[in-house]
Amino acid sequence: MNTEIFGIVVTFLLAIGISIPLGKYIAKVYAGKPTLLDGVFTPLEKLFYKSSKIQPEQGMNWKQHLAALLTINAVWLVIGFILLMTQGSLPFNPDKNPNMSPDLALNTAISFLVNCNLQHYSGETGLTYLTQIWLMFLQFVSAATGMAAAVAVFEAFKNKTTTLLGNFYVYFVKSITRILLPLSAIVATILIFQGTPMTFEGKDTITSMEAEQVEVSRGPAAAFIAIKHLGTNGGGFFGTNSAHPLENPTYLTNMTEMIAQLIIPLAMVFALGFYINRRKFSWMIFLTMTVGFLCLAVPNVMMETNGNPNIAAMGVDNSLGAMEGKEVRLGAAASGFWSIVTTVISTGSVNSMHDSSIPLSGMNELLAMMINSFYGGAGVGVLNFFVFIVLAVFISGLMVGRTPELLGKKIEAKEMKIAMIVALIHPLLILGGTALGAAFPDLTRDTLNNPSFHGFSEILYEYTSSAANNGSGFEGLGDNTPWWNFSTSVVLLLGRYLPIIGPVALAGFLAHKRYVPESAGTLATDTTTFGTIVLTVILIVAALAFFPVLTLGPIADYFTTISL
Amino acid sequence: MKTNLIPSIILTTGLVVLLCVAYPLMMWGIAKFSPNQGEGFIVEAANGKNYVNVGQSFTQDDYFWSRPSAVDYNAAGSGGSNKATTNAEYLDEVEQRIADFLVKNPTVDKHDIPVDIITASGSGLDPHISVDAARVQIARIAEHTGIPLAQLEQLVEQQTQQPLWGLFGPEKIKVIELNIALDALKK
Repeated sequence: MNTEIFGIVVTFLLAIGISIPLGKYIAKVYAGKPTLLDGVFTPLEKLFYKSSKIQPEQGMNWKQHLAALLTINAVWLVIGFILLMTQGSLPFNPDKNPNMSPDLALNTAISFLVNCNLQHYSGETGLTYLTQIWLMFLQFVSAATGMAAAVAVFEAFKNKTTTLLGNFYVYFVKSITRILLPLSAIVATILIFQGTPMTFEGKDTITSMEAEQVEVSRGPAAAFIAIKHLGTNGGGFFGTNSAHPLENPTYLTNMTEMIAQLIIPLAMVFALGFYINRRKFSWMIFLTMTVGFLCLAVPNVMMETNGNPNIAAMGVDNSLGAMEGKEVRLGAAASGFWSIVTTVISTGSVNSMHDSSIPLSGMNELLAMMINSFYGGAGVGVLNFFVFIVLAVFISGLMVGRTPELLGKKIEAKEMKIAMIVALIHPLLILGGTALGAAFPDLTRDTLNNPSFHGFSEILYEYTSSAANNGSGFEGLGDNTPWWNFSTSVVLLLGRYLPIIGPVALAGFLAHKRYVPESAGTLATDTTTFGTIVLTVILIVAALAFFPVLTLGPIADYFTTISL
Repeated sequence: MKTNLIPSIILTTGLVVLLCVAYPLMMWGIAKFSPNQGEGFIVEAANGKNYVNVGQSFTQDDYFWSRPSAVDYNAAGSGGSNKATTNAEYLDEVEQRIADFLVKNPTVDKHDIPVDIITASGSGLDPHISVDAARVQIARIAEHTGIPLAQLEQLVEQQTQQPLWGLFGPEKIKVIELNIALDALKK
C-alpha cells in the first residue's frame, strides 16, 4: 500500500477510534453525569444561567424547544447583519477592508448562522478581524444549536412517556463548554505548532527571492480553523480554505482537520446508543452510514489518483493524479478522500478545488450532499438520518402488514407526514433553485466559470450546497451577485430550519405516545436487514429525485471527456 | 418569543466573552510559544525574510520553478483556476504550458514531465513541487548556473521531504528552501 493511501486509511480509522469514547463522553455530558471538566465549567455555566434567568432544571416540550432555538438564532442573525454592514468603520481592521453590500451581508450572516458557510466573499479582502471573530462565534453556536436539537430527539426515546425533552439552553451551553471549546483548543494548538498563523498583526509585505513585492495575508486563523472543522462549518479563514498553505500547512494538519470534522458527527451516533442505552441501534446506524460513505469515497480516491484522462492523452507523466486545483503536500488521494468527507458531513471546507474534480467525482460530491445523512453535520446529521429511519420503518411495516413502531413508539399518519415533508423539501429546494437558475440565464450565465454541462453543474452544486447547509462550492462560480446572494439565502434558511423543526416536532409527538413493549412481532431496527432497508430507502429517494439532473450535469460532462 | 428574547441576548453576551475574547486570547497566548510567535513560519535568505509555507513565483531559468498559479502567487488573494477537466480552453492552456516547458528544458522527454508542474494548485500558493518536478529541471539549471549535474541531483535528494513519519502522504520538495540551498551552491 503506498503512503498516500495508507495516510487516508489511518486517518479514517483514527477518527472512528476517537469517536467511540467521545460518544460515551458526550452522552454523559448531556445526561448531566459527572465529567472531567466539571471543575472549570460548572461555575461558569451556573453564571450564564443565573445572569440570563434560565432555569436549567426546567424541562421544555418540543414547542418550547423550538421557540428558544429560533429566538436565539434570530438574535444572532440581526447582530451579524449589522456587523458585516459596518465592519469597515469598526475596530480590528488592520487591512482596511470595506463594508459588505447589503445582499452579501445578508447572505453571509445567514450562511454562517445556519452552519453552512457558503462564502460569496474571499476572507483576505472581504472581512475584518472583528467580523472573522464574529463568524467564528457563529461557528460555535450554530454547531451547538444542531447538537442541542439532536439531543432533544434522543430524549424522546429515553423517557418512556413524556412531553418534556429536556432544556434547550442546557444542551446548547454544554455543547459549547464541554465539547466544542475544549476540542477546538486542542486542534488549534496542533495547527499553531505546524505553522498556521494566530496573530492580530495585519498583512505583511516581503520581497520575494525574485525581487517582487509580495503581500502576505495573516490573521487569527488557527482558532478559527479548529472550530470550522469540529463544528462541521467549513468556512475558510483564507479564500481557498484548507487548500491554503497557511490554513493547512502540512500533511499532519490535513489529517488533524479531517479527523476534527469527522469525530463529532460520528460521536453523536454513538452518543445516541449510550444515551438511550441501545448500543446495537447505534452500530446499525453507524455501519449503514459507513457503507454509504465508502461507496462514494472509494471511487473518488481512485478517480482522482488516476488523474485527468484529457491530460494523460497529452503524453505527460500523469502518475500524480488530477493535480489541477490540488496541493502537492496533500496529494490526489487525500484530496479525493476529503472531497467526500466534507460533502457527506456538512462541513464544506475544501482542500482542493472541487470545480476541477473529475466529472464523476463531482457527481459523488453532489450525491453526498443530496443524501446529506451519511454522518451529516454536527447533530443535524443524526436528525436527517432519523427521518430516513422513520420512512424505512413505515415502509417495512406496510410490507408485513403491521403498525410500524420505532423503539417502542408507534409511527402514525402525523409522524409520516412530517417525515415526508422533511424528506421532500431537500430535493424541492435543490431542483427548484437549479431550475430557476437555468430558466433565467441572464442572471446566471455570466457568473459561470466553465462552459457547457460543467457550467450547469456549477449552478446545481451551488443550490445543493446551500440546501444541504454544506458550504463548499464549484468555486469558479462568480457568486457575489444579488441573484445568487438572495436566492441562496432563501434556500439556506429553509434547508436549515425545516429539517430541525420537523424531527424535533416528530420527537415531541413520539415522546408523548404510550411505550409499546417489544414482542415477537416487532420489527427489529438494530439488524443488518433493517440497515439495508434504510440504505435502499435513501437510494430510492436520492436516486429517483436527483438522477435526471445529474444526467444533465456531471454525467453528460463525463461523456464529453475526449479520450473516453 | 418574548420569554426567550432577553435570556437569548444575555446568554449571547456571555458567550461572546467566552468565545470571542477568552478563546482567541488563549490561543494567541499559546502561539507566543510557537516558532515566530504565531505570525507564520519564516526563513531568512539574501532577499530578507520569506514565509516558508507560502509559495513564491519562480520563473527565472537559474531557479527551480514553482507550479503554475491562477493568481500569480498573490499571497493576499489566494485562488485556484477552478477549470473543469473537460474545458477545451483550459486544455489548450495546459498544452501551451507543456510546449513552453519543453522550449526551456529541451533535453527533457515529454513523457517525463510530471503533471504538477503544468497544472495550477488549489490555493495558487503551493509551496511545494513533486520530486520529479525538481528532477526534470536539473539539466536546465546546470546549464544556466554551471553547477555540475551530480551536485544538483544530490541537492534535490537532500531537499526531498519524506512522507510524514515515513508513513503517510506524498514525497515533496519545498521550492523556497530548495532555491535558497541552490543559491548557496552558486557562490
